[in-house]
Amino acid sequence: MSIATPKYLSQSLAMKYFFVAVVLFGAQLVMGLIAAYQFVNPEFLFNVFNFSTARMVHINALVVWMLYAMIGSAYWMLPEETGIETVGVKLGTLGFYVLTLAVTVVVGVFILVQVGPGTDASIWLINEGREYLEAPRWADIGITVVVLIFVYNVFATVMKGKRTGITTVLMADLIALAGLYLAGMFYTSNITMDQFWWWWVIHLWVEATWEVFVGVLIAYGLIKVMGANRQIVEMWLWIEVTMLFGSGILGMGHHYFWIGTPEYWWEIGALFSALEPVPLVGMLVHVIYDMGKHNGKVNNGPAFSWFIVNAFGNFLGAGVWGFMHTLPQINIYTHGSQFTAGHGHLAFYGAYATILIGMMYVAIQRRNNIEEMRSTATSKWAVSLITIGVLGMTVALTLSGYVQAFVERAEYGATWDGYFIAQGATWFTQGIDWRLAMGVVTLIGFLLLVKDLLTIAKRSKALAK
Amino acid sequence: MSEEHNEPESVWTSNRFWSRSAGWVTGFSAVLLILLTMDTLGQITMGSAEDLANKVTKRVPSASVINYKVTYEYSAARGHEVPVIGDKELFFGRSDYSETEANALLEKGKLTSQSKNCMNCHTLLGNGAYYAPDLTKAWLDPAWQTGGVMQGMTGTTSPDEAMLVFFQNPDKYASHSRRMPNLGITAEEAKGLVAFLKQMSSIDTNGFPRNFNKIQGSTQK
Repeated sequence: MSIATPKYLSQSLAMKYFFVAVVLFGAQLVMGLIAAYQFVNPEFLFNVFNFSTARMVHINALVVWMLYAMIGSAYWMLPEETGIETVGVKLGTLGFYVLTLAVTVVVGVFILVQVGPGTDASIWLINEGREYLEAPRWADIGITVVVLIFVYNVFATVMKGKRTGITTVLMADLIALAGLYLAGMFYTSNITMDQFWWWWVIHLWVEATWEVFVGVLIAYGLIKVMGANRQIVEMWLWIEVTMLFGSGILGMGHHYFWIGTPEYWWEIGALFSALEPVPLVGMLVHVIYDMGKHNGKVNNGPAFSWFIVNAFGNFLGAGVWGFMHTLPQINIYTHGSQFTAGHGHLAFYGAYATILIGMMYVAIQRRNNIEEMRSTATSKWAVSLITIGVLGMTVALTLSGYVQAFVERAEYGATWDGYFIAQGATWFTQGIDWRLAMGVVTLIGFLLLVKDLLTIAKRSKALAK
Repeated sequence: MSEEHNEPESVWTSNRFWSRSAGWVTGFSAVLLILLTMDTLGQITMGSAEDLANKVTKRVPSASVINYKVTYEYSAARGHEVPVIGDKELFFGRSDYSETEANALLEKGKLTSQSKNCMNCHTLLGNGAYYAPDLTKAWLDPAWQTGGVMQGMTGTTSPDEAMLVFFQNPDKYASHSRRMPNLGITAEEAKGLVAFLKQMSSIDTNGFPRNFNKIQGSTQK
């Protein structure tokens, strides 16, 4: 089959989004390494570039690079799904430059100004100080405007062109994704109320709307990379949406165990979040099933490797690692420990980073009209090292988390002293050392990934000749 | 690419069935979430100074709680610890803060906690980063009480005074090798932060953290 497609402007825009996504991914890793090293040597850059700053940029670069790659993926597949150029693509390109300028200013302020006085002005101009949503309010408004342009483009294009199951799910998901961001844009002195709405954004993004977005990308990817049957793929997609939203929306209860919210969230959170791994098993089975059906014949080796890592990583990181501490009986000891950090690392990587990197490979292949793009040695080293690195960090942090749960919480009753006794325990510090080492492995894998993304098209073309 | 158009043999392989299921399940879950949210919002709205004076228990007490003594005690009925608001207690030498004054202090403290990015080292109600101790019940932590390490280091005799001194120069009072950095916190901001921490300790967190400071020999005094 030929993969030659017209040169859509929408897909040029997608490449721009992917480019910035990779740059921010690199920034995320560098900041993560600084923070990881500060755990080992707390005097490193103390009072100059504190842990709080490194960690803030680490997690914000993560969220923003993923949003960039998601927007890029949508702009990429939109013309192929609808058969027409994206409506409003020029406005979309303007939006890209505005967003990128805004992100640059925000990161610059985070790094150079870091913190401000305790006033409204700081919240508006410097740092909102709410984990994951640190972007100051002016940037929140800017992000909303740019995202609205993006959502408008998707809707207008689908309405004008061909409508498929994939684009229908995409449209519904984007409305929810954009709307939820608004729940995080207000100030209150009531910390319980603050965190209640904060989770509306964080949870309903990463455990509902983002997961559905992944379902969309898997569906598109399997059709393009393996030639999977659209009807079956879209049937799976609808099943995934049913199960993801069916468990994920009320699964939010697992964040409402201990923040001042009523006790009934224990039962609701336990039941629905225990169901959250079910769709992830479904997604894993779906990918394996399609692979078997097509005898593993794929036209894009590296993309397919990343899809496979996604299927397993999503199930393990989000499913298994999430389920491990989602019941309130366990969570009362693990909540707010390195256990959560372990889960966070494997879940964000397994569920999102993997599929988005896979999409970048799909875009590179199709942009360059490469009929069959095989994995290079660099592709294989990149996916292996990053996966080993993240898995290693996850296991290390989980072990440190166990020490916290048993020593800090159970043994010492969660006091200030208990905290530091656990932080000094040998098994805890060993975990922290291994996390740093595995972070370095991840960074090496990332550098190889960048090299591969930049060179694989040229190599594949030379090979075809 | 071959597009096979198989007619679905049963409802279980029908895209129409599954797309409708997705719509209904999502809609039903969303409606349930909204109903539960409406109930929860009522329960987590901050109480008033009158509630405190009349001993009406609220999950999130008014900022005026700074005028009262807060403890964290086991409740046999609930099977875990709950905050208990007791008699009047001096807070920076006073126990007669009006609700307006108390709210102003809390707002200054909460704004400071955000603008100083506390949450990217500490956890608050268990959420945040894991580089520094959880602050949920920090106000009640033995480290800040009489005989605790923080009062000793800061040369003060009460938790509020110890925190006030500490916040303004945290890097000078290191209890462990991992120090808190100097974030340029002013006296006014520090006082707000103390009010914020005291009010947070009075929030009913369903027993989190469990057995807080209740384990024999759990502190190194």
